[in-house]
Amino acid sequence: MHKDNQSLIFELSKPGRIGYSLPELDVPEVDVTSILSQGVIRKEDAELPEVSELDIMRHYTALSNRNHGVDTGFYPLGSCTMKYNPKINEAVARFPGFARVHPLQDESTVQGALEVVYDLQQHLAEITGMPQVTLQPAAGAHGEWTALMMIRAFHEANGDTQRTKVLVPDSAHGTNPASATVAGFDTVTVKSNEKGLVDLEDLKSKVGPDTAALMLTNPNTLGLFEEDILEMAAVVHGVGGKLYYDGANLNAVMSKARPGDMGFDAVHLNLHKTFTGPHGGGGPGSGPVGVTDELAAFMPKPVVQKVDDRFVLNYDVPQSIGRVKPYYGNFGIYLRAYTYIRSMGPDGLKAVTEYAVLNANYMMRRLEPYFDLPYTQHCKHEFVLSGRRQKKLGARTLDMAKRLLDFGYHPPTIYFPLNVEEAIMIEPTETESKETLDNFIDAMIQIAKEVEENPEIVQEAPHTTVIGRLDETKAARKPVLRYIKEQSPVEETVQ
Amino acid sequence: MKHRYLPMTEQDQKDMLETIGVSSIDELFSDIPEKVRFKGEYQIKPAKSETSLLKELGRLAAKNINAQEYASFLGAGVYDHYRPIIVDHVISRSEFYTAYTPYQPEISQGELQAIFEFQTMICELTGMELANSSMYDGGTSLAEAGTLAAGHTRRKKLLVSATVHNESRAVVKSYADGQYIDVVTIPHTNGVTDIDKLKEMIDDETAAVLVQYPNFYGQVEDLQVISDIAHEHGALSIVSANPLALGLLTPPGALGADITVGDAQPFGIAESFGGPHCGYFAVSKKLMRKVPGRLVGETNDDQGRRGYVLTLQAREQHIRRDKATSNICSNQALNALAASVAMTALGKEGIKEIAYQNIAKTAYAKQAFEKAGFEVKFGPAHFNELVVDCKAPIQDVNKRLLDQGIIGGYDLSLVDESLANHALIAVTEQRTKEEIDAYVQELEAIHA
Repeated sequence: MHKDNQSLIFELSKPGRIGYSLPELDVPEVDVTSILSQGVIRKEDAELPEVSELDIMRHYTALSNRNHGVDTGFYPLGSCTMKYNPKINEAVARFPGFARVHPLQDESTVQGALEVVYDLQQHLAEITGMPQVTLQPAAGAHGEWTALMMIRAFHEANGDTQRTKVLVPDSAHGTNPASATVAGFDTVTVKSNEKGLVDLEDLKSKVGPDTAALMLTNPNTLGLFEEDILEMAAVVHGVGGKLYYDGANLNAVMSKARPGDMGFDAVHLNLHKTFTGPHGGGGPGSGPVGVTDELAAFMPKPVVQKVDDRFVLNYDVPQSIGRVKPYYGNFGIYLRAYTYIRSMGPDGLKAVTEYAVLNANYMMRRLEPYFDLPYTQHCKHEFVLSGRRQKKLGARTLDMAKRLLDFGYHPPTIYFPLNVEEAIMIEPTETESKETLDNFIDAMIQIAKEVEENPEIVQEAPHTTVIGRLDETKAARKPVLRYIKEQSPVEETVQ
Repeated sequence: MKHRYLPMTEQDQKDMLETIGVSSIDELFSDIPEKVRFKGEYQIKPAKSETSLLKELGRLAAKNINAQEYASFLGAGVYDHYRPIIVDHVISRSEFYTAYTPYQPEISQGELQAIFEFQTMICELTGMELANSSMYDGGTSLAEAGTLAAGHTRRKKLLVSATVHNESRAVVKSYADGQYIDVVTIPHTNGVTDIDKLKEMIDDETAAVLVQYPNFYGQVEDLQVISDIAHEHGALSIVSANPLALGLLTPPGALGADITVGDAQPFGIAESFGGPHCGYFAVSKKLMRKVPGRLVGETNDDQGRRGYVLTLQAREQHIRRDKATSNICSNQALNALAASVAMTALGKEGIKEIAYQNIAKTAYAKQAFEKAGFEVKFGPAHFNELVVDCKAPIQDVNKRLLDQGIIGGYDLSLVDESLANHALIAVTEQRTKEEIDAYVQELEAIHA
């Protein structure tokens, strides 16, 4: 094995060591064969590691040291809203009265938890301008699918079974078309115009009696506000379609514009983005959906309501699309979001958006001289540069992203959105200081200069990380997706 | 506006506006049409200080009965198991919980390796060839297994056993509706899937047979027989398995399963009022390129150092868009990490011992209920749940039990009218003999 390899937990295993402390067995021993038939009694042990408690802590501490989080350093990953994750949220989520509550307990024993659900629904309804909210979806994509299923059920209830098309702009998140497919729709792509906004004429030419919905992110993935939103709403509603809001970018418009007031019929939010539920290395998230009263009849069951002074789970929703998840969504995550909203209040949420947008515009203007900026109007919470100027000099956007690692930064989102060549999508968020932004800008400017003067240093980056660029082709061609004890260590030369 | 999460000062603001070349923040929002501009203030609760918010939320939490203060016999898919203290210490490391999806492998090796280890442990327990990095939960994982099978076989019918958790069945139905797939329920007999009925119902339109192991009633299904029937008709065998039980039960992979899914909540993950938990998704190799969600694979860098990357991404929504195998993006990474720590702590010996303890304590409880005259239905193969005829409405029984510091079993009349007065009682390794005896005594007292 290579001397610099980080051991796998399985490689630390030694027969005879244990890392557990189970409760004392205070009942008589049983003969398992008297309870289970021979065929279902496991013959071969599962090869889980045999390690001590300290081995485990050292192992995972070592792994954590090989990972970059928001608490490690700046993380301007566009479209992901990598803001600070408040620690009070973590404390509240661990209260035994929240963490140790079983979802199937009697309603009377979970009134506090249901009150959180209900009150958060009310807060999100006000923030989005949508009258009804469900917290059941587990993540953004899950919310998209849930809302599309509700839209489909609405059309079907009206006998509109011919509405099989969902319109999606070319700049949309990949989850939009994917969610449309799993909700049983066909996707139609709508073009962007030269300003980076939805091409209204193209939209008009593509709507019709088969239109179920238009999915839209506003501001869009270029960080630009769709100024024609009311006209777009009129076009889609004019043919009987519904308007769907992808709330991934809500951080840009809180207290400035609400989806409900823009004409949207359904909205999903990413509570792990705008509302600080941490990203957790990829999840868990929480993707509530808000809808108009017209669509509310189709909400997933159960619906949490307040009846007099009590909070209840209402299963009597005859037109419901059914359950989208066992129990009531990712409670532990939306509890964190609730804690955050209550920490900020109305003034705080307004300041969040204002500072997020101010930070993004400041960075954009300072970087504009050094990189191509395809769309020059004011941005909202994020902006997209193009690395095409640097590409001509031999350093691609990927190279510059890797070079940023040497400065201790997580790079921006790259190669997205798809309608910008060599895209570099930067979202600073409001929780970063001017000093942090300035330091990052300086690093970007230095990299731009390196590309002109010494491109190799960029092309060969990163130079300081625990590992260099990895061979992704090999990973995909000969997939090794699990550890196998007998397997010879990976040392063969790359072909 | 001063707030501890917002570092902007008045001077910063002034300097930044000057650089941008505007005179106010409002100007940056001038592209929002007047007609849709929100002019008022959100009518939401005002901000609270850290201290008073902790107090208020502490009061709300205190209104909930919880398994830390009560002895919980409530299972039905979510269990009170041993949670090694170290789990919370590991997942509290903010290098893990404040990170995004590991798209930049050079600075995400920790997360990527942790997922690779998770995938390996799930393979070990389930006996499957590969596993993904996690799904939302056991219910949606089962639903995605169903849609995968429909896509793979190009068939439009799923047979789901009545012994699968009712909420999971409901989720399977919703997902199937999305893709115009029919879902048909196979009835149960004596608490297990009715094999004769399965044979009658399965046909060449069936994409898959979906069962649970141990099933909703705590019984152990005959997976080999069910898998064989599925395969004879060209259908896939899909098993939703409690991974903790697999410490002692033959893994589904050795009994013909093509897809094994489930929830890793029993491994170190709190009940948390139903979520977040941690779905897992494991398959045989032939289905590798159809798996939903993220996969981590091993590779190396140019110096030969071993490393890990997200791989086979051509299945996923951010590459394939409307042709993706699933729309899943965010998963349950942090909870997969929690489960990995718990699985590691248990290790090769502990996983057997914990599974055995569940069987032993459940066997003791069974005997105790029966001795007191309360019939335990089905059997004899109980893992850690018993269907007990309490001879009184469960809601009333459970109220009495609460006074004794006990959270009673699940009221089965909520899902099956024929099981009025029956509770599904979970007896994990966490329950003591004393607590089990107290449960039985209270039932006796009710009938005295």
